[in-house]
Amino acid sequence: MKEKIISIIKAHGTDTARLMDILLRVQAEFGYVSTEAVSIMATMLHISEVDVVQTLSFYHFFTTDAVGKYAVYMNNSLVSCMMGMKEVVDEFEKQAGIKFGSKTPDGLIGLYYTACIGMNDQEPAALINGIVFTELNREKVRNIVADMKAGKSVNDMVAVIGDGINANPLMKSMVKNNIRKSGPVILADYTLGIGIAKALTTDSKSVIKEVKDSNLRGRGGAGFPTGMKWDFCSRETGVHYVLCNADEGEPGTFKDRVLLTERAYMVFEGMTIGGYAIGAAEGILYLRNEYTYMKAYLENVLNDMRTKNFLGNNILGKGFNFDIRIQMGAGAYVCGEESALIESSEGKRGEPRNRPPFPVQKGYKGKPTIVNNVETFCSVVRISEKGASWYNAIGTSESAGTKLLSISGDCKLPGVYEIAWGMSINEMLEMVGAENVQTVQVAGPSGICLPPKQFDRKIALEDLPTGGSMIVIGQHRDLLKDVVLNFMEFFADESCGSCVTCRSFNMILRNAIEKIVDGHGIKKDVENMLAWSEILRKTTRCGLGQTSSNPISTTIKNFRELYDARVKDVDYQSDFDMQKSVLASCEAVGRSSVVHE
Amino acid sequence: MSETIKFTIDGKECQGTKGQLLVDAAADNGVYIPVLCHMRDLIPAGSCRICTVKVNGRNMAACTTPAEEGMAVENNTPEFLDIRKAIVEMLFVEGNHFCPACEKSGNCDLQALGYKYQMMVPRFPYAFERREIDATTPKIFLERNRCIFCKRCVRVIKDEEGRNIFAFKGRGNTLEINIDRKLAATMTDEIAQKAMDICPVGCILKKEIGFVNPIGQRKYDTMPIGSDIENNHQ
Ligand SMILES: Cc1cc2nc3c(=O)[nH]c(=O)nc-3n(C[C@H](O)[C@H](O)[C@H](O)COP(=O)(O)O)c2cc1C
Ligand code: SF4
Ligand code: SF4
Ligand code: SF4
Ligand code: FES
Repeated sequence: MKEKIISIIKAHGTDTARLMDILLRVQAEFGYVSTEAVSIMATMLHISEVDVVQTLSFYHFFTTDAVGKYAVYMNNSLVSCMMGMKEVVDEFEKQAGIKFGSKTPDGLIGLYYTACIGMNDQEPAALINGIVFTELNREKVRNIVADMKAGKSVNDMVAVIGDGINANPLMKSMVKNNIRKSGPVILADYTLGIGIAKALTTDSKSVIKEVKDSNLRGRGGAGFPTGMKWDFCSRETGVHYVLCNADEGEPGTFKDRVLLTERAYMVFEGMTIGGYAIGAAEGILYLRNEYTYMKAYLENVLNDMRTKNFLGNNILGKGFNFDIRIQMGAGAYVCGEESALIESSEGKRGEPRNRPPFPVQKGYKGKPTIVNNVETFCSVVRISEKGASWYNAIGTSESAGTKLLSISGDCKLPGVYEIAWGMSINEMLEMVGAENVQTVQVAGPSGICLPPKQFDRKIALEDLPTGGSMIVIGQHRDLLKDVVLNFMEFFADESCGSCVTCRSFNMILRNAIEKIVDGHGIKKDVENMLAWSEILRKTTRCGLGQTSSNPISTTIKNFRELYDARVKDVDYQSDFDMQKSVLASCEAVGRSSVVHE
Repeated sequence: MSETIKFTIDGKECQGTKGQLLVDAAADNGVYIPVLCHMRDLIPAGSCRICTVKVNGRNMAACTTPAEEGMAVENNTPEFLDIRKAIVEMLFVEGNHFCPACEKSGNCDLQALGYKYQMMVPRFPYAFERREIDATTPKIFLERNRCIFCKRCVRVIKDEEGRNIFAFKGRGNTLEINIDRKLAATMTDEIAQKAMDICPVGCILKKEIGFVNPIGQRKYDTMPIGSDIENNHQ
């Protein structure tokens, strides 16, 4: 083990900034990161052991115990549960003979939960040793576990291959694209090189002006004007960096997954245009760990682009040098926040930074950096190709262009849709074949829970902004139990913990909604939840804490009757559940409680 | 030459230098904005959020926001007094604090803020979290029940070669403060004392000194927290 670890560290230049990659390699090689490994890393990198541990312990996919030869990470986010996760879990537990959260005594199979893996259009889905398994059911699980017991390689368990690039020999994935609607900007026919060639014939200022004139705004959710961001960054002196945010962690979004496979060249071309615009020579694609299955393909695309002189030195003979590396994540939603993404790319804990300074001033390695979403970079390529006024004519007055939506949940046609901004929710529901809709969760858990009387509102940055996640929730769902509690559990798990308020409130609010779901809630609890949500929103460092109470506050606002029906109108009700509390001791002594039945 | 700027806090005219952190600029003008994680001249952590103020209508942490010309800051408004009280209450329910038995009682910033904001019973349910005490290093007890994750120790205490002796472990509600056993073994008495002094609560305790100062002679026994700043400038 020791020799191997030493060689992994050396392969990464014995560089502390590459600690993420070192840990990823060690985890992949041994199935865990041992205390011996931590000690070797600390010695060789000349940092303390607690420093290694602080990064190691931050990420979901790093473990200090072996995860098992076959490690199943089952998505337990909302839509997976809606599509029948419970059955799948039950079958896995039956077949493997263990509960989720543990591994078999022989170390063969480990069963674990994980947050949304970007497959909401084909749930229930799980990752097994990094390979995606979609549309699971009891029968498939039986086959998978039998294959495991027979020692089959995980790759060979993939029977049916998906469409498009998913079938590429470097991927051979069962993932389906589910592209339901193409639009003129992103999913229309694309030829590599037109956008970058055009950009390189003008100067960098003109490129920025074109992006500004297009009125393109960031597609990651916040909607910041892209041209303005690039302009700020280009004004700073010294080395610059381009970061592409492919963390796609918001539950319910999966459109970047499709872009990274079907439009990988376009993403990298957009990053290169960005590099030219701000004067960068280096770009990083920060790819979420759940998308490891794409990595070999993406590396191959980069190599192909180097061979064709779209990357590397003197690109297209225009004297511009630019190259891109891929940084893998290790399982942390908060790393999608741009400054946390930078920290993580530097090998650290994914804790969002305090601002100022902003990334455009001091970003990756303290240098001016632009961070943009995958779809933003794709849009830039088309803007360069077709011009700002062509682009600007699409969409609404405040929101130019098209938007990719990831639509899932209770509808007939889940998948990716490229629409012009301005479509109403009613039109969207008709498009996806959804009926008897209780609510649409717009923009994921951090967005809003929209009631039917507002379905005439428009999907646009000035009305209903979204990074693309749209979850349709049918009448038959228990909104508070199935949806709100699931979302609050997600935020409680994903808070980085830096801010007192985000660390504690998400837990407190999670417990409060559980109390109501369990039938112990009183009127005052609802008022408290609203007031506490407000304090949380006002007192956190990053967007996670600013939005994490939205599942509660927007449902109290829009579905108050559901709360009223569940809470008692009394002054005090303990959330202490006697029956639950004595359960463990009853079990231990083999008795059952008479009094508290 | 550093540029002089003018701004207001709750209507009071203040002066400072451009780029100076708002919380320090306020203190220089005799205005106390409460802090738990902030220490002057140290890279801000911005983690305790107790210094939250409203600047030109936006909520900001005063310890991470540079003072700018013309800023209108809201500090001691009913809204922020309540938010600060809530944060103090939150820290009390999150950890396990038994002040009467605590070595830091009377010298503790969290306890002092509890008095300042007249906390009676926390509005939040107690978490009763189980936290391990670490007494394995020669000079220090790490009484994790009292940690408020201010990162002061992480930022200040290093070994001779600049390596971290303290660091975070985990995230979210599994967060804990971690001490490097190998490096902690090399700590001098001075460094251990310093670690205890900068810890705003009773989490880092130097061994063998316990309750050195009797009640009546402790930091906040006679003087409420922040009064030094408020009394310095009339
Ligand atoms: C908790 C959190 C998670 C985020 N996750 C993502 C993400 O997965 N992908 C993304 O592009 N932006 C994400 N963002 C937004 C980024 O911080 C940033 O605004 C965006 O990457 C900028 O790119 P854009 O201007 O092209 O949208 C997240 C923000 C927060 C606060
Ligand atoms: S708001 Fe939450 S996620 Fe963001 S920095 Fe604070 S603790 Fe971390
Ligand atoms: S650390 Fe402070 S608040 Fe906590 S028990 Fe000790 S004196 Fe009380
Ligand atoms: S041990 Fe003390 S100084 Fe360190 S983070 Fe905890 S409270 Fe802060
Ligand atoms: S003092 Fe400002 S956040 Fe702690």
